[in-house]
Amino acid sequence: MSAFAVIRPDDWNFPLLLHVLGATVLVGGLVAAVTALLLGWRRDSAFYTRLGFWALLAVAFPAWWAMRIGGQWIYSKEGFDELETEPGWLGVGFITAELGGLILLITIVLTGIGMRRLRNRPDSTSVLTRIGGVLASLILLAYVVAVWAMSAKPD
Amino acid sequence: MSFSDWLLFLHVAAAFALVAALTVFWFVAVTARNVDRPVDSLRFFRIARPANVLVVVGTMGTLIFGIWLAIDLDAYQVWDGWVLAAIVLWAIASAAGQRGGIVYAQAAKLAGELASQGRGEEPSGELKALLQDRRAMWLNVVSSALVLAILVVMIYKPGA
Repeated sequence: MSAFAVIRPDDWNFPLLLHVLGATVLVGGLVAAVTALLLGWRRDSAFYTRLGFWALLAVAFPAWWAMRIGGQWIYSKEGFDELETEPGWLGVGFITAELGGLILLITIVLTGIGMRRLRNRPDSTSVLTRIGGVLASLILLAYVVAVWAMSAKPD
Repeated sequence: MSFSDWLLFLHVAAAFALVAALTVFWFVAVTARNVDRPVDSLRFFRIARPANVLVVVGTMGTLIFGIWLAIDLDAYQVWDGWVLAAIVLWAIASAAGQRGGIVYAQAAKLAGELASQGRGEEPSGELKALLQDRRAMWLNVVSSALVLAILVVMIYKPGA
């Protein structure tokens, strides 16, 4: 049965709350960023790129840390670090968190550079922010898979 | 994967949709707080469009799959105190969020009308007043705080 459905020791609850809250806000930040960056492909690129960048930097990035710190905390509380073989769902969670975090950082940098370039020529579009939009969409997709793996915990 | 596992996934996915939608709404509300031109406000409202869908899916999904899960699992009952508390919080959060959202829907409608009249570039005091409506903001604060309280109840399961 999943961690959500069982009664846990009380001191496991706060790390789990931090992990889940961070993950939900992270998804929200990514939804805002992806929407803005994809809207910027066709119109008002400078405006939408600026919003997409700030959604990534001010919302998704801090939320990623909350998710990751909470996740590591509950990982050690539950004693997974003492297991010889980790469950598969945990591996999915780790891969999506770590790789997603790295891609998130790259996306923020690319979008930030694109935003600076668009500041000087607001009526044009930026290849970097388009790449940022694709990367942010991929991270969002990966986190949907992670939500499935972490909640349903398939064998 | 058992049927209960799928129900749990759908319940959690709905919760993600709900909190993600609230995050988008807050991001838009904060970044658009000083907007007074219809053309600018319409840009912000476009970003909130996916969140308008997510909030409905999330609100209905959390309740339906949550109750279904409580019926399906032997360990819990719908009349457990923490489940009832979550349902009451859900009802108040939904009502507050829906009432708060009406003002923003009015603002979006007004911005659309002004833009279609060719007045999209002109600052509008009425539009700014709707976007800065304090009552709507407080209703959204209450709604978001209650959603956070539901998350706390779901994880801590007081009395279980």
